[in-house]
Amino acid sequence: MKESAPAIEMRGISKSFGSAYANKDIDLTVLPGEIHALLGENGAGKSTLMNMLSGIYRPDSGSIFVNGEAVRFASPKDSIKRGIGMIHQHFKLVDVMTARDNIILGGNSGFFLNNKALNRRISELSDRYGLDVKPDKKVYEMSVGEKQTLEILKVLYRGANILIMDEPTAVLTPQEIEKLFAIIRNMKAQGCAVVIITHKLGEVMEISDRITVLRRGEAIATVETAQVEIPTLIEMMVGRRVDLSIKRESFHGAGPDALSGEQGLLCVDGVTVYDKDKKAALDGVSFTLRTHEILGVAGVAGSGQKELCETIAGLQAAEKGRIFFEGQNILGKSPRDIIRLGIRMGFIPEDRLGMGLVGSMDIVHNMILKEYQNQRGFVLRRGPSAEKAQQIVDRLDILTPSVHTPVSRLSGGNIQKVLLGREIDSDPKVLITAYPVRGLDIGASFRIYDLLNEQKARGVGVIFIGEDLDVLIELCDRILVLSGGRITGALDAARTTKEEIGFLMTGGAA
Amino acid sequence: MEAFLAAAIVAAMPLLFATLGELITEKSGSLNLGVEGMMLMGAVTGFIVAFGTGSPGAALLGAFGAGAGGALIFAIITVTLRGNQVVTGLTLTIFGSGFASFVGDPLIGKSVPKVVQAFFKGAPLPGLSDIPFFGPVFFRQDVFVYLGYILVILVSIYLYKTRPGLHMRAIGENTAAADASGVAVDFHKYAHILFGGGLCGLGGAYLALVYVPMWQADVVTGRGWIAVALVIFASWNPTKAFLGSFLFGALSILGFRLQSMGFHISQYLVDMFPYAATIAIVIVSTHKNRKEDLPPADLSVPYFREER
Repeated sequence: MKESAPAIEMRGISKSFGSAYANKDIDLTVLPGEIHALLGENGAGKSTLMNMLSGIYRPDSGSIFVNGEAVRFASPKDSIKRGIGMIHQHFKLVDVMTARDNIILGGNSGFFLNNKALNRRISELSDRYGLDVKPDKKVYEMSVGEKQTLEILKVLYRGANILIMDEPTAVLTPQEIEKLFAIIRNMKAQGCAVVIITHKLGEVMEISDRITVLRRGEAIATVETAQVEIPTLIEMMVGRRVDLSIKRESFHGAGPDALSGEQGLLCVDGVTVYDKDKKAALDGVSFTLRTHEILGVAGVAGSGQKELCETIAGLQAAEKGRIFFEGQNILGKSPRDIIRLGIRMGFIPEDRLGMGLVGSMDIVHNMILKEYQNQRGFVLRRGPSAEKAQQIVDRLDILTPSVHTPVSRLSGGNIQKVLLGREIDSDPKVLITAYPVRGLDIGASFRIYDLLNEQKARGVGVIFIGEDLDVLIELCDRILVLSGGRITGALDAARTTKEEIGFLMTGGAA
Repeated sequence: MEAFLAAAIVAAMPLLFATLGELITEKSGSLNLGVEGMMLMGAVTGFIVAFGTGSPGAALLGAFGAGAGGALIFAIITVTLRGNQVVTGLTLTIFGSGFASFVGDPLIGKSVPKVVQAFFKGAPLPGLSDIPFFGPVFFRQDVFVYLGYILVILVSIYLYKTRPGLHMRAIGENTAAADASGVAVDFHKYAHILFGGGLCGLGGAYLALVYVPMWQADVVTGRGWIAVALVIFASWNPTKAFLGSFLFGALSILGFRLQSMGFHISQYLVDMFPYAATIAIVIVSTHKNRKEDLPPADLSVPYFREER
């Protein structure tokens, strides 16, 4: 290893999938003891570039140098041997195995496994870095934060001195992020090179030394973090100036007092839903959704948000209660009937493809999935759907080689746009969106907020299940707070504070 | 009762070898439905080698090789060429039965040489065979049966206490994670598919050399399919695979025992026992709550590293 050599040097890297360029002639240099942020919108090619460094993908052209030596990775094993450790956005952990098994996976120290000795080594290492990992705990019993810690420990166990993290903070709580950053700084102090992929600008400014911005597969610039401002970074990412304020237009008199029956579009009255353990997932939930309104729902994950969405959409049977839509009780109706009435749900689960879209199908066929019922006859007609798919792609600026590309090949943000675009296209009267901006970058998030506002202006009642309290307060007209399946507060978004919502989220009175 | 259970052990052996073979294959992420075919290939090859050389060792080696050879076809198509595992496995079953009737045709009705028969005669284990009840049931058997016991123990240790065992289980559960951790996916898949196939071949050879020491083309009669079901019944656990094989061995001879005790049961009904029990057990044992009892998560999923 030469003393002055950069930890990583990538020169002229290109990679394409089919006819689409994911990376085009990218140069990247990362120095030892440096935290280097890779910034860019969804589909900019950040993960692709790093996957080539970890041996998952092979570059079409270009060369890679690690510590000054030219390398060619045929598999992840080669990359690990060079001291490169990558923490993937979707954790690469084996669920049914223990932390220990996952940590030692792929290593080659001896034929028989000596669990006691391994546990001791793992404990030593986790103490040294201040990580809290229980070697005998199964992965499926872990929280997201614990899994992340495990991934980091796994990389450290291999003795990696080049660490790549793909959106490590996307699923963490603020406290967990602070802990993660402490670990990253600790590693930097020990001379490791760290590459962190993210699109959260605040974090980039806080943690990184240098920033490389990617846009549509090309490297735009590499800058010193200390010498750059957030608006400049956004302009580099998006390619134009972006207005970062959410407009909220009120169509109603101020405050929740103005809630009178005649404007009610969807009335949820005393709905109780049991989960499979016979515990109340929703407990006597009542509220009214009006036209021209975005109704936010805040709450700790698992407080009943999913059940609420699914009950309204007819996917979940309720124990008690009534749901009125335009004066008609829809509880007990089939999902198909409810869709016909104009109630649309775009539920975006943690894996965006899990519900709503079929990953291996293209955009056109995913359109047909919701539409075929309205077609007559046995044979599907693709023409109209293809036109619609093209319209949605154009209107929402979806980045895809064509409408005939399987949805799973698109990046997360673009998949989300397809899902939302399809639901909006059918002119719904009620639109339920759960976590529509989860994992999205700024440009894409604001595009989604704009879309929701457009719908609101059209008179649609939007239920917006959200995570980011700042966004909920800025975007929504009113905010319901769920805690343990009960509504602990219905707030006027213009007058509430994050603190008040946070207090209600943990049960309010208690 | 002791005699019945001892006979059940003998009837269980072909199932045990095939079940362990399929278990190893499935644990490493491949669903090879060609068990029946590989057993037949092992049976006919073992018989021919025994008939030609009179060497029991060579016969077993030949049977193992034939099973592994069948599995190699499966491995090339599903691992290297990423073909569909179900279709490939079914085809392998058809191929194996065709192979056995074609190659074995001139041997129909021929008997296993005396030397080989003598080798597989009962050999009581000194000491152990004198334990009351357990001795006569488990330890007055032939060498093949003892090999089966040892195999159960070795496979258990291999799966849960060794590094290659950990690697192959990781591939079965989450191929992408194993790959990203630097496990050589294709190598492990090949190795375990081949070894699993070899064990299926041995199971078939037991039928042709010991159980019915005469060549007949339909010697396996669906035991390969029972083995596939037994893997599910055993929740991919070698010890439970032994218990399951024992249970099915007992079921498959229960009819004869009842008939010889004077119960008048239709032969057709008797023949049906193990298969009906298979269906019942698959229905009952698909309800599993523990995560550890579920099938390997990436079972039968072809792996493309660059897929997005």
